[in-house]
Parts: sequence; structure tokens; C-alpha cells
Amino acid sequence: MSEVLQSTAPSTLIGQRIPKLDAPDKAAGRTRYVHDIQLPGQLYGAILRSERVHARILRIDTSKARALPGVSAVITAADIPDQRPIGVVKDNLPLKTDRVRSLRDEIAAVAAESEELARHALTLIEVEYEDLSAVTDAADSLLPGAMLIHPPIAGAKSGDPVGLAGRDDNIAMRFDYVHGDVGQGEAESDVIVEDTFYLHYVTHCCMGVSGVIAEFDAKGNLLLYSNTQVPFLHKREFAEYLHIDPSRVRIIQPPIGGGFGSKLDIYPFEVICVYLARATGRPVRMVYTREEEFMASPTRQPVRLTLRSGCKKDGTLTFRSVHTLHDNGAYTSWGATTPVVMMQAFASLYRLPHCEYHTVAVYSNNPYAGSFRGYGNLQATFAIESHMEKMAAAIGMDPLAFRLKNAHVKGEETGQGNIFRSCGFQDCLKIAAERSDFLHKWREYTGKQKEPGRFKRGVGLAAMLHVGGGAKIYQSDGCGTIIKIDDFGHVTLITGASEIGQGSETVLAQLVCEELGLPISAVSVVNNDTEITPWDVGVHASRTTFVAGNSAIGAARKAKDKILEAAAPRFACAPEDLDMKGGGIVRKATGEMLTNLPRFIRSLHFAQQSDLVITTNYYEPPSVHFDKGYKGDISAAYSWAAQVVEVEVDLDTGAVRLVKVTGAHDVGRVLNRLGLEGQIEGGVVMGQGYALTEDLQVEGGKIRNPNFRDYKLVTAPEVPQMDISFVESMDGEGPQGAKGVGEAPAISMAAAIANAIENATGVRITSLPFTPERVYRALHGALPELPTTPKVAA
Amino acid sequence: MSATTEIVFMLNGAERRVGVPSTMSTLEMLRDMLGFTGTKYGCGEGECGACTILVDGASVNSCLMFAVDCAGRQVTTIEGLANDPCARVVQDSFVKHGAVQCGFCTPGMVVQSVHLLATHPHPDELSAQRAIEGNICRCTGYKKIVDAIVDAGCAVGDRS
Ligand code: FES
Ligand code: FES
Repeated sequence: MSEVLQSTAPSTLIGQRIPKLDAPDKAAGRTRYVHDIQLPGQLYGAILRSERVHARILRIDTSKARALPGVSAVITAADIPDQRPIGVVKDNLPLKTDRVRSLRDEIAAVAAESEELARHALTLIEVEYEDLSAVTDAADSLLPGAMLIHPPIAGAKSGDPVGLAGRDDNIAMRFDYVHGDVGQGEAESDVIVEDTFYLHYVTHCCMGVSGVIAEFDAKGNLLLYSNTQVPFLHKREFAEYLHIDPSRVRIIQPPIGGGFGSKLDIYPFEVICVYLARATGRPVRMVYTREEEFMASPTRQPVRLTLRSGCKKDGTLTFRSVHTLHDNGAYTSWGATTPVVMMQAFASLYRLPHCEYHTVAVYSNNPYAGSFRGYGNLQATFAIESHMEKMAAAIGMDPLAFRLKNAHVKGEETGQGNIFRSCGFQDCLKIAAERSDFLHKWREYTGKQKEPGRFKRGVGLAAMLHVGGGAKIYQSDGCGTIIKIDDFGHVTLITGASEIGQGSETVLAQLVCEELGLPISAVSVVNNDTEITPWDVGVHASRTTFVAGNSAIGAARKAKDKILEAAAPRFACAPEDLDMKGGGIVRKATGEMLTNLPRFIRSLHFAQQSDLVITTNYYEPPSVHFDKGYKGDISAAYSWAAQVVEVEVDLDTGAVRLVKVTGAHDVGRVLNRLGLEGQIEGGVVMGQGYALTEDLQVEGGKIRNPNFRDYKLVTAPEVPQMDISFVESMDGEGPQGAKGVGEAPAISMAAAIANAIENATGVRITSLPFTPERVYRALHGALPELPTTPKVAA
Repeated sequence: MSATTEIVFMLNGAERRVGVPSTMSTLEMLRDMLGFTGTKYGCGEGECGACTILVDGASVNSCLMFAVDCAGRQVTTIEGLANDPCARVVQDSFVKHGAVQCGFCTPGMVVQSVHLLATHPHPDELSAQRAIEGNICRCTGYKKIVDAIVDAGCAVGDRS
């Protein structure tokens, strides 16, 4: 027998199934979320929101609320003369002064001895409004003479932000991108296809509702218990709003009941809670109700898109021209900037010599849009991958061959300047297609479209590209790590990167243990207190494993170097001859265990020339900022995926059942298989919800379904069979070769489902969601046609 | 503010006597009054299962049950399952299978699973899915939760 003997303990942690470090406490109900924290003397805050979509505030009378026993403070804009507008373009005053622009607008706030009392006090506040005409359709907001949502404010200083100066149009943001020469691309095309798409409102639905606790100490320093995904950016911003030095703001992040991008911005409720704490001199906790969570949280932004693309008869793409229109809502949060991500999908998902993209995000009196897992890429990919299907049909190519013809390979640079140093895109397409028997089924189901029968099967393929090595949006895209090894050989990994449920602390611990030759139990992670943790830009852009991972590996290597350098003279060898393994220091050549780690660390600490093993490391990915034309290699790595879905459409009811999802993801390398699968499965189901069930119904600025009964999240019995493969393209810059994956799995689901519905029924649906009613209408030609996206002159 | 009623009931095996307002839900009583914060508020309307507890052994959305109706009953929260052997198996299985991400739905899921295993010790995938139909999870996509429940069923079954 020539079998290689394997020890039972795997020699590496990489690729193993490592349970999350925080899971035991969570499963035992011991984890304390922000809603569970009760500080001595704590008050409870609540916010009075507008009852009108767009109105002048004529009068606010808070006298009855103030007189209620147990109420400690009632505040309105008049009580906070030093208020500053917040948000991405500073257009949102936390407490509104003379005008409300959407139903969620904050008018007054109360701090009281109980939540019930605070909410009761709100009902005693009288507000007199004078209604203004409302703009609740993005296209209307562009019309000449449209009601201005932020009209110019007389007497504003030049250079004042929108919140203080207003604007003389409704355009919150615009983006114009071009590479190559679209005219030339058109001329070279054999076929040109134009399509228009519309994407609806959905919202994050974190299971833990939004909440914050604010407290000032006797010196006026602010302590915030916050669920932010960007603690260090928040620190600076809160300081600005309070006119204090940022060093006086400390943010503690209790475990979070879901993030998904919703906590990337500062929201009025957080600032208002701080004002209440300042006004009362007591800690104030503010926690939403679920209805409030639906009404007052950010949304994924609704987008209208028109794509025009060409290709040659052999399938080579020639050009793409895109116009989109984003409903920004009444204020500007990160939603307005999603075109930056969308343009990457338009310009770089496939090899494309010529591309242009123009868009505006416009103000309206609708709910305002924020960032949401995928950051615009779900909308862009829905359009691109639906459109690609039509193009393939137009030249008589199958959907797989058409995509493979245009799919990038390793080493290519796109017109936008993305460089694909690792790229498993072709493999993703082939593996997903092969494992799902895509082509065979696609042909079979196409042939069966016209056959009689109530239930029709269909398969659909869609792919995606997303940043996988951070994204250089802010000045730095870096992350700091501190590693401390104590005399018990225990490692404390102090990282700037927040855990938001995605499992980052476990994967970081794993990477550190791998370097130090320790079991995962030897590490605890501290990642939740700005007073302790080093800087990190925040949890977004699928960057944490990549950026914080590299940072942690660097710190671990420094610790290892320090230990081995100190050990070498004792064992009469060079540091290079030693290694850390199995919880001790070993001779590299023979594996001989020389000493265990705790004993050795103690000998360092308690020596004459004593020293501590504490190391720091800062990692900044080797990416670049976009230039003015949005070009540049913005990420250190890029992630790819292809998904094939199989659906069953009930022609009698329009119900679409998602039967199976076959996904192939280029993740660079599998680090924690368990965590990775969890990210993919959760993302797939989130994408399923976006496509099939979820719909935040906004009519005339009002949300019609602010509850789980009517806003339908996917439940367990609807979950499809999943077959997920990982393509290991071993990224040269990635931590152990890995790339980011957090957002990827949700991105192409809607397009794949649209393609599958068409494969089943022959009907192409260009707007979401695919609820039974809408699908049924579409099958009977009764969905209204989408108007082309308006082009806005620069 | 509503009038309070004094009730006596068993909470996690110990007798409790509390005065509760007539409009107060069991969830509010547990969390705000008694400090049992392992049970979560997700919606307050019976739609998410984050607040699942056991009342006389049956799983109940505590947000829908008036606190006064706890009178004379056996109420068990996630904290009360700390020493329950079946719950331990379920919790370990959740951890091992990666069924926990943000963890906010987890206490409700665990309580629901314990209830399922008490009545169906060997659930298959389908019955596990059905059992947690009323429990929403936004993070995991449910697959690993279902795996955890099915596997816990095997383990509990093996022991009995
Ligand atoms: S909080 Fe009780 S079901 Fe949601
Ligand atoms: S783990 Fe986050 S809601 Fe289930």
C-alpha cells in the first residue's frame, strides 16, 4: 500500500470549516445587542415624524408633551440652534426647521423614563402643516418648473452645503463616464439592441431594528453605543455636529442584528439621540419599532435604466451606452453614489471596447436611498444580464457561448482601468453551466414553451463582477491591527474591522493562528471600541477579509519575527531555522518542538531586558483612486461569479418557484468554508427575495406595507436547492490568496431568474419584482411598457 | 397607563410574582421588566419568530401573548434552556453548522427547534423547514439552520 498517512488534525486552518467565534453566545441568547443594554439612569428616546409627504411646518406645540410627568426633554429644531446638516452632501438637518420633504422627516424628539411614555408624549405634540405639491416620480422631478425639493435659501453664504443653501434644480448627483468611442462601436456592430429596465424599492430588513445609546461624561465627552459599520468615520462626523474634537467621541459597537450596508451613513435618529443625551445629561437609548424601521430606514434605490449595446455576428461585443435615472428621495445618502459601482458592471463585466454611461440621481419626496449589499450592482447586473440574453438571441448564439466569448481572462485590463490579476470568470461560467446541465436544459425548455401544461420549467444564467480587494473610495482604504501575545500564550487580535455577523472576526483569527501555528482557540478578537482599535475605513465593499485580513497577517508575521529572533540565540541557530507550530517553537528542518509558546513568552516578559510581544500593522491595498473620469484600478482584486437558476412558473397563477441555484464563485481561495458558504447562501436568498417576493410599496411618497406580513421576506420552505462551487484563482495580493465575497452572491440572482422565466415562458420581464400578480400580467401582455430613461443634458 | 395585575407563574423553573399592566406583552415583561433579553423583539406582530418562547411546552410568539396570560403557566425562555440537554444539542449543532450569523434570529430559532424535536425527534429537511416557517432570518438563507436542526435530531435521537 502506498497510501500517504495523514494525521487527523489538519496541518492548516485554511479552507477548514471553522465555526464562528461568537456563535455559542448567540445560540445561548447571551449576546447583548444594543436593544439589550440598560445603563443606570438611562432614558428612552423617540422621534415624531412628519405626517405629510411635503409641507411647510407652520407651528409646533410641544407644551403638553413637556408637561407630561416622566418626560425629561422634548426638543425641536428651535432648541438646537447649532444643528448642522448631515449626509453625503449635507442636505439633511436632523430636526427639520420649516419644511418636511418626506414622511420620515424628523420634527421633534422626546426623552422619557420609558419607551411607552416617550411614544405617548409624541402623540401630545401638535404640528400644523401647509401642504406643498409633492414630487413622487423621479422623471417628474426633472421636468421644467418641477417643485424644488431643496429650493434655494435666501441669504445663504456661497459654498454652503445643500442643507443650508438649497439648489436651483432637483439634481442631487450626476455621473458621466466614457471609454473608447461609442460612435465607432455602433458603426462596427452587426446587431444593436436597446432595452429599458426598472428596479423597485426594497429595504434591508435587518432583524435587529436600528438603535443607538448616547451618553456624555462629566467632561462632555460623548460615548456612543452604535451599530455603525464605519466607526472611525462616525467619530469624526459626530465631533463635527457637536463642534467638539473627534478625540472626545468614543464609539462602542455592540453586536449588530444585521447590517447589509444599512449602517454606512449617519442618520438623523443618531444625532437626535445625542442631542437628547446632551439636553438631559443622562444616557438615552433610542430604538426603532419595526414599523419605524420600514418607514425611516434607507432603501435600495429604485432605478430606471436604458441600455443600448451592439455586437458582431460572431458575438464580439462592440459598444454599450447606458442612461439611468435614480430616485434619490428627499435627502442624499450613499444611494446617490451607487452609479460608481454600476459603471464598473457596465464598463468591465465583459470585454467592451467602447462604453458610455450617464446618470443623475434626483430629489423627490420619496424615502431616501442608502447603501445596500451590492451597492447598485444588483440593479446594473439585472439590466446587463437580461440585455445580454436578448443580444445572444439576436445573433442566434446560446447564452453561455455569448458570455464566454466576451468574458475576461487573467491579465486583462478593462477600458475603465480595472486590472484582473486573478480572474476565474471563464471557469465560473463553465462550472455553473456544467453542474446545472444548463445548455441541455435551456434547449429542452425552450422547445417546450409552446407545449400545453400549467407548470413550465426554465433555466437562466447570469454572471457578475464586483470589487474583491477593497475599493479606494475614501482617502485611505486601509485597516490597522494590533496583536498582543500574553504570558499565557494567548493572542489578542485587536482590529479596526467590525464584525457585522458576516464572520470577519473568525476569519481574521484564523489567518493569525495560521501564521502563528496556534489553534483557533488561542485567539480572542477585540473589534468594537474606537478607544482601543486602530483605524479602519469600515465594513463595506466586501473588503474586510481582504484588507483587514492582510493587515492581521502582517501583524502576526511581525509577532512571529520578534519571537523567533529572540528564540534563535537560545537555541543556537538563526531565526530562519525556526518556525512556530503546534503551539510552540519548532526547528524548521526536523519539526522538533523546542519550547511551548507560553513558557517562551514568559521568559521574554520576565527577563532582565524584558520585552512585550505587541506588534502593529497597517495595510493599505495597492489600489488607486479613480481619476476625474472614474478610471483607475480601484480595487486590489476583483471577484467573479456565475449563477444558473432553475424555476418553475405556474401559468395559472403567475407564481414562480425557485427550484435550484447552481453557483460558481471566484473567491480567490477558500479560507473558512463554513463562513463562506454561509455568506453565499444568505446572499442567494437575499437575491431571491429581491427578485421574487420583496417589494417596498411606495405610493405618492407613502410606504404601503411597513410590516413583515406585507413586505414578504423569503421564508425557510421557499429556499431553493443550492449547489455552490468555489473557483480558487489564488489572488497574488489576497490574504492566503482570498478575495472578498460578501456582496457577490445576491448580485446576479434577479437577472438569472428573469432569464429563467423567459426560458420557461418565452416572456421577458424587464422590471422587478416577479410577484405572481406581475408575472401573470406579463404573461398576458398586461404589464405597462417602460418608458425610455430620460437623458439629462450635462 | 393601564392598571396592573399581579400574576404568578413559573419562569425557567422558578416561581415569579409580578405586577403587569394589562396591555403589556409577555415579550415586554420578559425583556423590559425581568431583564431576560435573550428573547428578541423583531416585529412585535407575530411575523418574525425572534420572540419565540415555550409556554407549557408549546412554542409561542411572546410578542402576541399578553403578560397577564402567563398566570399559572410554565414559561421557558432561551435562558431557561441553558441546562436542557436537548437544547444543548441544538445549540451545538447551530454552532457547528454555521447556522448563526448576526445571531439575532438565533434564540427564537433555537427555541423553535427545541420545540420541534420534543414533538418530532427525527425531523427531515422538509419538516425542519416547516417548523421554522414563522421564523425570519435575514442573514443565513436558512439552509444551515435547517441542516443544524436535522443533525440535532439525529444526535438527540441517538442519545435516547
Ligand atoms: S417579535 Fe414576536 S414575532 Fe416578531
Ligand atoms: S443570523 Fe441574522 S437574522 Fe438570522
